[in-house]
Amino acid sequence: MASIPDLIFYILIFLSVYVQVFFFVTFLENRKRIVFKNGKTELEFYPTVTIIVPCFNEEQTVSQTINSLFDLNYPKEKVKIFLIDDGSTDNTLSLMKSFEGCFNVFIFHKENGGKHTAINLGLKNVETEFIACLDADSFVHPQALVRMMKCFLENEDIMAVIPATVIHNPKNFIQSIQKIEYFGAIFTKKMLGLSNGLHVTPGTLPIYKKEVFDKLGGFRKAHNVEDGEIALRMHQHNLRIEYCHDAYVYTVPPDSLYKLYKQRLRWGYGFMKNLIDYKHLLFRPKFGALSLLTLPSGIISMFSMVLLFIFFISTFINFFIEKIVKVQAVGLNGMFHLQKFDWFYFDIRGISLILVVCSILAVFTILVGRKMVEDRFQPSFYIILYIITYTVIAPVWFLKAIYNVIVSERPNWR
Amino acid sequence: MIIQNDWKKYLIVFFITAALFLSAFYVTNYFYNNKIDQLKNIQDNISIDILSSETQFSLLQELSCKDVDNSILSQEINNIADKINYSEKNFATDNTDVRYLKRYYFLLEIKDYLLMKKISERCGTKNSFILYMYSPDPTCTDCVKQEYVLSTLREKYPQLRIYSFDYNLNLSAIKALISIYKIPASVPVMVIDGKNYTGFKTVEEVENIIPKLKESFKLQEMKPWEKNVQQSS
Repeated sequence: MASIPDLIFYILIFLSVYVQVFFFVTFLENRKRIVFKNGKTELEFYPTVTIIVPCFNEEQTVSQTINSLFDLNYPKEKVKIFLIDDGSTDNTLSLMKSFEGCFNVFIFHKENGGKHTAINLGLKNVETEFIACLDADSFVHPQALVRMMKCFLENEDIMAVIPATVIHNPKNFIQSIQKIEYFGAIFTKKMLGLSNGLHVTPGTLPIYKKEVFDKLGGFRKAHNVEDGEIALRMHQHNLRIEYCHDAYVYTVPPDSLYKLYKQRLRWGYGFMKNLIDYKHLLFRPKFGALSLLTLPSGIISMFSMVLLFIFFISTFINFFIEKIVKVQAVGLNGMFHLQKFDWFYFDIRGISLILVVCSILAVFTILVGRKMVEDRFQPSFYIILYIITYTVIAPVWFLKAIYNVIVSERPNWR
Repeated sequence: MIIQNDWKKYLIVFFITAALFLSAFYVTNYFYNNKIDQLKNIQDNISIDILSSETQFSLLQELSCKDVDNSILSQEINNIADKINYSEKNFATDNTDVRYLKRYYFLLEIKDYLLMKKISERCGTKNSFILYMYSPDPTCTDCVKQEYVLSTLREKYPQLRIYSFDYNLNLSAIKALISIYKIPASVPVMVIDGKNYTGFKTVEEVENIIPKLKESFKLQEMKPWEKNVQQSS
């Protein structure tokens, strides 16, 4: 008979595989619908869009962000750009002012109050039918806006569209493995989009219909993940969010392990807190895939990662202890003594095979994600490094996030 | 907007996942059975080896000791010891197959021990014997350490025959051994030349207890002509 911890472990692994298989089946179902637009996209009709760019101490990237908006393949008179300084203490405001007088650029300045307050200031002044938000550390692909607007025009039910977020020019190991992670996220989000289960409208140019805010009100602080909260609120009102996989927005990821840890801690904490606030959405069929798949899988993946971490750590510790005992018993020779190879000692267990299947599906997810962005299905050594590194480090921020939720300790924004 | 849940898809995905799990456990089970069969085969070989040795020993009454073929004496008994040990640690603890194989293995060990002792006494062969009593309980850390020492000794001295027994196993033959040699319950215990050695012993300590091990090792290392000189002297 399996023990209770073993049983929990197997159930969690089963559910994790279930989610991956779900995405895989969704992909097979829709593989002909997932088309890649390489050339210029044209629309019969170009609706007017306001792009709100909230900024707080973004002097390093804000100019590049704004310039990328000028390069959008969209009629200039149909795009309004709201640059909102949220009380920056660096050179951000003066850099923004250098764009004053440019066509359809509007600059706002306010006391620091958090990202949601900056966007809400923009929302108060919006008159267009469509509203986009863009973080000031992100740059848009020239075709991004037009491709996303095409999604709205093709399906009237869609209330928001989010683009594919891609890592911009990774400069070190931490950024390179995040690039791989984001490829995986592109595939996952596409599958969630097809299933109407997207749980976040990230700050990399999500576009909303204005009626979303007319109906739901503005952004909330929402434990510093306002983009997750608005998505949950939209689902609560059955407002559909779509994913546009060939609209690329490039972002600059954390460049150090500590910054990555802080970012993920904030995301993990915010996800859990929002989940608690919106727990009534869980396991309610009327809220669709979000309720039955996305939110439960978020919880499952967190606990599975922590359990896997414990599994790997305990395996490693056991191996280490075994070696120490061996050295104690027969000296250093025992440490380097290799047993003659015999298939008998080759350990083939069900759980190991399942983990291999999980890894293959994870690699497949990343490769298809890469194909969606770079139009090449090419493996990379960073995929293995990503899987190993995240298996070790991700449980750390998940554990800390769980701890913070329990003791209600809110992580800093940066 | 009315949300339509694709229940059929949720169900299909459930069956695919279940099929994946079942396949994984089927494969595990297949390899597990394969390993058990392998163990059974080795034990059958040992059994035949012992029977062959016993027959040869009976014939010895009529033949001289030089006709004893040392190579026929089962060398696989050391090989299987590690595998039984591995199975005990890695397969489920309540596994009846492993428990059965373990009991069978212990009986074979005792038979081999008795036969080897007889051959050694009759023909004066240079074999050394260690009866080793252990507990599979992981809290017996000295037992774990002692097993490493014995494995090292096995590799270093092929003529050393080590017979390990689970002290707590309810097997009448083991109880008899315990009672004959008055083996205490404080495992690990080694019985060497009828004397009990309790607690962990290092490689050097065991070598000192059995001095002829080192001598035979030196003999093995010698060139053939050096061996002849030593033996004639």
